[in-house]
Amino acid sequence: MKTWIAFWSILLKDMKNYYLKPPNISWGIIFPFAWTLMFFLKTQNPIDIREILPGVMAMSILFGTTSMLAVTITFERRSRSFERLLMAPISLNTLMLAKTTGAIVFGVINAFVPVVFAAFMTDLSGVNWVTTIGGVFLIAVTSTFLGLFIAVSVSEVFEAQTFSNFFRFPMVFLCGLFIPVQTLPAFLQPLSYALPLTYGADILKTSINSSGFIQPLLSFSLLAGYGLVLFGFSLKNIKNKWIH
Amino acid sequence: MHILEVSHLTKRYNNFTAVNNISFNILKGELFGFLGPNGSGKTTTINMLTGLAKITSGSIKLLEFDYPHEIKKAQQIIGIVPDESNLYEELDGFGNLCFCASLYGMEKTTREERARQLLGEFDLIGAGNKPFKSYSKGMKRKLTIAAGIIHEPKVLFLDEPTTGIDVASARRIRQLIKKLNKNGTTVFLTTHYIEEAENLCHRVAFIVKGEIIKIGTVSELIQEAQQESIVQFTLAGGADRLQQALREKKPAIFNIEVLSDTVLRVNTPQLISLSPYIKLFEENNLTLYEAKIIRPSLEEVFVKITGIEAEHMKKDREGRKK
Ligand SMILES: Nc1ncnc2c1ncn2[C@@H]1O[C@H](COP(=O)(O)OP(=O)(O)OP(=O)(O)O)[C@@H](O)[C@H]1O
Ligand SMILES: [Mg+2]
Repeated sequence: MKTWIAFWSILLKDMKNYYLKPPNISWGIIFPFAWTLMFFLKTQNPIDIREILPGVMAMSILFGTTSMLAVTITFERRSRSFERLLMAPISLNTLMLAKTTGAIVFGVINAFVPVVFAAFMTDLSGVNWVTTIGGVFLIAVTSTFLGLFIAVSVSEVFEAQTFSNFFRFPMVFLCGLFIPVQTLPAFLQPLSYALPLTYGADILKTSINSSGFIQPLLSFSLLAGYGLVLFGFSLKNIKNKWIH
Repeated sequence: MHILEVSHLTKRYNNFTAVNNISFNILKGELFGFLGPNGSGKTTTINMLTGLAKITSGSIKLLEFDYPHEIKKAQQIIGIVPDESNLYEELDGFGNLCFCASLYGMEKTTREERARQLLGEFDLIGAGNKPFKSYSKGMKRKLTIAAGIIHEPKVLFLDEPTTGIDVASARRIRQLIKKLNKNGTTVFLTTHYIEEAENLCHRVAFIVKGEIIKIGTVSELIQEAQQESIVQFTLAGGADRLQQALREKKPAIFNIEVLSDTVLRVNTPQLISLSPYIKLFEENNLTLYEAKIIRPSLEEVFVKITGIEAEHMKKDREGRKK
């Protein structure tokens, strides 16, 4: 019970202080909006919009979550307020879940911004919403934990931003969202299969356009696996590096 | 009853030993001070005691909880006031207090009530709805202390609670610490202000270069260092004449110091009886207004034991704080 009070309070504070602040709200809306617009302008007919939707959704999640973690964790660590959390009587697991849940929710919301736009412009019937929501959630979890992993590996906000881009941009091009994995040069393909976003993107492609090629169940398990490993690794890093 | 037992505690960063094999106990209800210059290992010790730094070797036991595996249980009953305020700049005073309370699992109504009460006790009522970043240094420190005690901890750790703030705020903070301690909170504080340790603490440990070199109550420490007595006489005048007379009649006196025509100081081995002096005054027709024994201050004791000048400690720190 006590743990839950702390958990909620950390989550709500982050939401109020960071996620719901105008710059972040606008980032969360403008970014997917810009991407959506860019691709929609390039495509001519409604079918193409649906084609591009999984990619835009996945990117919104990836960018939304990873940039948030750089703020909520790296920034608080710089200002030393993070120490207050480390000295509180809550387990590191609970603490880090509380710090990341906000980003996960933020990522999920970001994913549905392009869906709302698309709904006005094209017919979304036949989409498997249950799988889509599941996929969005898991992509959000995995990219949040990737952001966490980055945030605990650096000490400055700008380093976190730079380091995330180091992961994000190659990931966007290698995960099969815009260039199908099968058409990538053979030497790049193993790299694609090592990236969690490849599986997340494939889930969305399957659920929205039935155009994925990996068993969704396999993708779900792999994504969950990535999430667990990244979270575990980050926790270990925090224990070693932040509690000197 | 010991509330905290520290034994052979050591902290090493790579090859550098920040805290070297220190042992001490703190009694329930005690106000215990760690007095030492910059870099002597005060913060490092607090960090280990509060779970923010790993222990290299040695043991810590707080009430029945052994570190490090029961640290989370211990954290439930300790309060921490770090050397630099680490509250949330963008939250207001009330919000900061409520947030800190929630970390200890306090329910909404309880924590809001307690936050209001503390804002009142710490003269911060008007500042309760202002963002923390707009606070003055003294206000920040007070709110940080309030945040440290919001969950009514059994043991409170304060790292240099009065450093870097003005004299009046520092005095107010000392009063608040004293009151907390009177109401039953055990307090561990670090300081490099000797007067602070002397006026506030029941027991003091001198820490230098990571080692405790002396530990005891303020009066024990002073007595131990006291190898001579100083008596100061205040006369209506004629201190020179008294000096002359003393030279002739009191060979056991170490030293006579005439501070002015009316004030004279005498150093003697051990305590002296005043009665022989009275006769001397009458014989020489001198009027005595006051005779008082000057005890050495903790400062002199500290300098004697550590060889570190008090002034040096102050300047060092204040220079760094800028
Ligand atoms: N994380 C760290 N890594 C390496 N050395 C450290 C670390 N933290 C502290 N030290 C070193 O340990 C020594 C003790 O530092 P500590 O902060 O405990 O001193 P202090 O008594 O609190 O000093 P001050 O009065 O300046 O606050 C210093 O020499 C410091 O440089
Ligand atoms: Mg210190």
